[in-house]
Amino acid sequence: MLVKRSSGKAPRGSLLRALSGDFNGAGNLESGVSRRGFLRRSGLAAGGIAAIGALPAAMIRRSEAGPVLPDVELVTRKNVCTHCSVGCTVIAEVQNGVWVGQEPGWESPINQGTHCAKGASVRELTKGTRRVKYPLKLVDGEWKRLSWDQAIEEIGTRLLEIRQASGPDAVFWLGSAKFSNEGAYLYRKLAAFWGTNNVDHQARICHSTTVAGVANTWGYGAMTNSYNDIQNSKALLIVGGNPAEAHPVSLQHMLRGKEHNRAPFIVIDPRFTRTAAHATEYVRIRPGTDIPIAWGLLWHIFENGWEDKEYIRQRVYGMDEIRAEVRKWTPEEVERVTGVPGSQVRRVAEAIARNKPSTVIWCMGITQHTVGTANVRALSILQLALGNIGVEGGGANIYRGHCNVQGATDFGLDVTTLPAYYGLAEGAWKHFGRVWDVDYDYLKGRFGSKDLMEAKGIPTTRWFDAVLARPDQIDQPSPLRAMVCFGHGGNTVTRMPEMIKGLEKLSLLVIADPHPTTFAAIKERRDGTYILPTCTQFETDGSRTCSNRSMQWGEKVVEPIFESKDDYTIMYLLARKLGFADEMFKHITVEETRPVPEDILREMNRGCLAIGATGQSPERLKMHMKHQADFDKITMRATSGPCAGDYYGLPWPCWGHPEIRHPGSAILYDTSKSVMDGGGGFRARFGVERNGVSLLADGSYPKGSEIEDGYPEFTMAVLRKLGWDKDLTPEEMRVVEAVGGGKTDEVSWQTDLSMGIIRVALKHGCVPYGNAKARAVAWSLPDPVPVHREPIYSPRPDLVKAYPAIEDRRDFRLVQLARSLQFKAAESDLRGKFPMVLTSGRLVEYEGGGEETRSNPWLAELQQSMFAEINRKDAERLGIRDGSWIWVHGPENAGRAKVRALVTDRVGTGTVFMPFHFSGQWQGDSLRRNYPPDTDPIVLGEPVNGVTTYGYDPVTFMQETKVTLCRVEPA
Amino acid sequence: MARMKFLCDAERCIECNACVTACKNEHEVPWGINRRRVVTLDDGVPGERSISMACMHCNDPPCAAVCPVDCFIQTADGVVLHSKDLCIGCGYCFYACPFGAPQYPQTTNFGSRGKMDKCTFCAGGPEADGSVEEYQKYGSNRLAEGKLPLCAEMCSTRALMAGDGEVLADIYQERSARRGYGSGAAGWSVAYGQHDRGSPFAPGGPSTGGA
Repeated sequence: MLVKRSSGKAPRGSLLRALSGDFNGAGNLESGVSRRGFLRRSGLAAGGIAAIGALPAAMIRRSEAGPVLPDVELVTRKNVCTHCSVGCTVIAEVQNGVWVGQEPGWESPINQGTHCAKGASVRELTKGTRRVKYPLKLVDGEWKRLSWDQAIEEIGTRLLEIRQASGPDAVFWLGSAKFSNEGAYLYRKLAAFWGTNNVDHQARICHSTTVAGVANTWGYGAMTNSYNDIQNSKALLIVGGNPAEAHPVSLQHMLRGKEHNRAPFIVIDPRFTRTAAHATEYVRIRPGTDIPIAWGLLWHIFENGWEDKEYIRQRVYGMDEIRAEVRKWTPEEVERVTGVPGSQVRRVAEAIARNKPSTVIWCMGITQHTVGTANVRALSILQLALGNIGVEGGGANIYRGHCNVQGATDFGLDVTTLPAYYGLAEGAWKHFGRVWDVDYDYLKGRFGSKDLMEAKGIPTTRWFDAVLARPDQIDQPSPLRAMVCFGHGGNTVTRMPEMIKGLEKLSLLVIADPHPTTFAAIKERRDGTYILPTCTQFETDGSRTCSNRSMQWGEKVVEPIFESKDDYTIMYLLARKLGFADEMFKHITVEETRPVPEDILREMNRGCLAIGATGQSPERLKMHMKHQADFDKITMRATSGPCAGDYYGLPWPCWGHPEIRHPGSAILYDTSKSVMDGGGGFRARFGVERNGVSLLADGSYPKGSEIEDGYPEFTMAVLRKLGWDKDLTPEEMRVVEAVGGGKTDEVSWQTDLSMGIIRVALKHGCVPYGNAKARAVAWSLPDPVPVHREPIYSPRPDLVKAYPAIEDRRDFRLVQLARSLQFKAAESDLRGKFPMVLTSGRLVEYEGGGEETRSNPWLAELQQSMFAEINRKDAERLGIRDGSWIWVHGPENAGRAKVRALVTDRVGTGTVFMPFHFSGQWQGDSLRRNYPPDTDPIVLGEPVNGVTTYGYDPVTFMQETKVTLCRVEPA
Repeated sequence: MARMKFLCDAERCIECNACVTACKNEHEVPWGINRRRVVTLDDGVPGERSISMACMHCNDPPCAAVCPVDCFIQTADGVVLHSKDLCIGCGYCFYACPFGAPQYPQTTNFGSRGKMDKCTFCAGGPEADGSVEEYQKYGSNRLAEGKLPLCAEMCSTRALMAGDGEVLADIYQERSARRGYGSGAAGWSVAYGQHDRGSPFAPGGPSTGGA
């Protein structure tokens, strides 16, 4: 069997058969047909090869890597890995414009020279054998080559036709967490100028619930500390995360913390992951019972008085309501619901309470649930009770997924907000109107109506529901008719059988990506798909934000290969064709057709005040990359050199103009430091008082603050009250008055484009966003106090009545079913037909939808087959042998997948685990021939999302990927 | 003169396979040849440990002892290299090697398996250092440039280390003593013999489980 994770048996025979000098041989692996023979049979070879043959040599850039040549100049360039959010520095050696060698980036304080399998293989991306080489169009099931001009012309014309007939909201703009910050911001701006809020990206399906959950608790939706800071932790609690596979380089810091501090390293997960293999304590829970385990831990903490009472008094609102809910979660009830013995829960509670500071780390095991936001809030509250937020070694260390998912979220690739979380209300549009120097009325005119301009768009988890919906089922003038998709896999969203129906019905699909993606290889769709070859971040430059909010500038390593272009250029070409390039690029230099990323970042610096993304000028970011060696490897603070005093990558908030040299904030809400040193309190975001109780901090304030208590966010009114308005310069005052337009008092730190209000607050040692309490009770959410709710397809129908899903509701322009579906499933004894729980997750070798990594021979060789992990006892009972083919059936849409069985104790009995990186096979059939010629990934497999089911978080419409039911049968 | 060795700390190895792809990247190793791979024991159950394995560049290499054409060379640094010009692809070294290091481009029941390929400790082969001929046969020669093997340089958790054996032993000993346990540094004793440095935390020492 070719699945490597058996037990170290070297699969020599099969691999060697596949070896034919080049990885063309990989085509052999699944079908036994040679790649050449396959092409002949599919009739694709002739067109494809002829097309390449006809190209003038200069049009196609193909890099030939070989040895480093002795007498040719070797240039070293610095960029950042394009896979996960750790942000590893990549050192590229370039000769004759070809990336010939990859060296360790020793100086980077984050990865310190190291990589995982993906990072160590990124050079292959610019060799790009399987990349999309020129623009393509699908005509009656055949891929035809186009010129760039023709492609943009045709796409633009069809988009304008759709706009004319059905309005701007009929187009769905799907962006990417693989954009640079500048690309993400520009794409959001593109959607705004097009006139829709239907613009989203991968954050929806990875950490949207984290962002909503923690932002609603203490102000900002981001990791509070950093990977490096985990070395200061005295205990580590990892819940619903497998960083050993998803963020391997972070383990460097975690294992150092574990070893240096002899820290308890506790993993709570339904699956004994590779991270759990290094834990001091592993807790196996039933999938979907994270809130019961969090409240179970808190039960012991409250029972024994281990909470930080003074911290709660000064900095937390509403903990008493939490106590009331936690009281229900006695050890007996926790064991009944989660399956974890009471003694183990107590041991873990004591370990994290007595070894402080302790950190909590989570990932998709927490977020991708129908209760994702509530899960996030429960863990946040656990950390608040222990007083672990805003301290070194503590924190909520939330590992984001893609390389720039934090940045793409920050800069507004989101259906609910403009860049920097300004929201969609009139004030937000007016603010960005000023930043972009366009009239508010012009922007309003671009939209279908003012209501649509201020209404949340359709999220990426449900776009196909919005295609298939009848006009009366959807809260916008027309169902979706077109999708423009930049850098996003097609197999990462649940309910694929229905997604395929949606794809079939779309009249236009545009894919801008280095690889064709799953969207291109769907045999039901035969016309109206365009593919635009887009280069990777190694072929352009721009900044990206790691999970810890550090921004790193990546330098172009090589020119875009083949005919590919970078995101900025493609967006400019589209905007020009769609007729708003002049307005959109008013203050951004465009060189020929390429907008200059430095200029885009400067515009972002001018406007993104609300997260403190203003001090990270391109010049400062480049200086940080150049002087990486000056930064401390644990505090991430430069001790010498031109960046002395700065935190690496100026993690936001980095207040004010770059010239005031705010160092960035390595740890959020840290009152032990002064604000100009990166300190702060919780954000005053939810008002000043509720039900007669103050929401402002009580006697807690950042070091050196002139106000030694809580205070609201800074506005002109607040400045006047304090008498600090006199500190504003006349120039700043002039801007404030211009922004206020007669209502000067309402101008806040977020809208004052002079940044004078921020400057004055800092001068007095205050945080511009105020100094408040964190909210244990978030009254604006559907569940103000997190409560356990069984998954929709629960394996415990007996618990459904006691812990029901939320009521059916409407949001995001669509209907959301929940309780009705759950009760129906429980009453019809679905579990009888689908007796096992299906959960999904990551592998170290692949990333996201996997097209990019499965096309990389160095990675593809390591994982050659899609598989399902199934417990030894279940396998025995079902007569399934390790490595044999099985069918996994899901309860909706006759979903099924044919995969290999991996028999292991890694999963508990009754649980099946499948990785989500595979696609290109569908219900037993190969879709290899549906890819454009020479772009099919080396390894194909069945997508797990062919089996996953309905279920969405009420706050963000995050999809449920971690708990559904399934049935396994030998194939 | 330094004695070059590999050491893999199984307490740190998370089976991320960085070492494997770094090797592929550095030497453009073709599909099917695995100079380095990660082996996992007790997969999926408590006690699971992984180790990264390649040629260990033994003190007294058994591959060299059985080679009928005497194609192996041990450099002054202790690195075990071989000559692909001399190799006849008989496969004896594969059976002799305790670590499964030798790799072959062909599988046959009879006759040659093609020229053997294995980890060179990023030290190329008998040809002139840094020559194109050396690169084509053996991959790059980092040692000649004053660099260490890329697999170890890029290891995500600093589990795999390469370099002067004395230095590695000191690092490992300090690390094991600090955390209070070790994993024995798998393969260390087999490759380099008994290495009693008088400390229970030394590689192969009793407090680290021995190996």
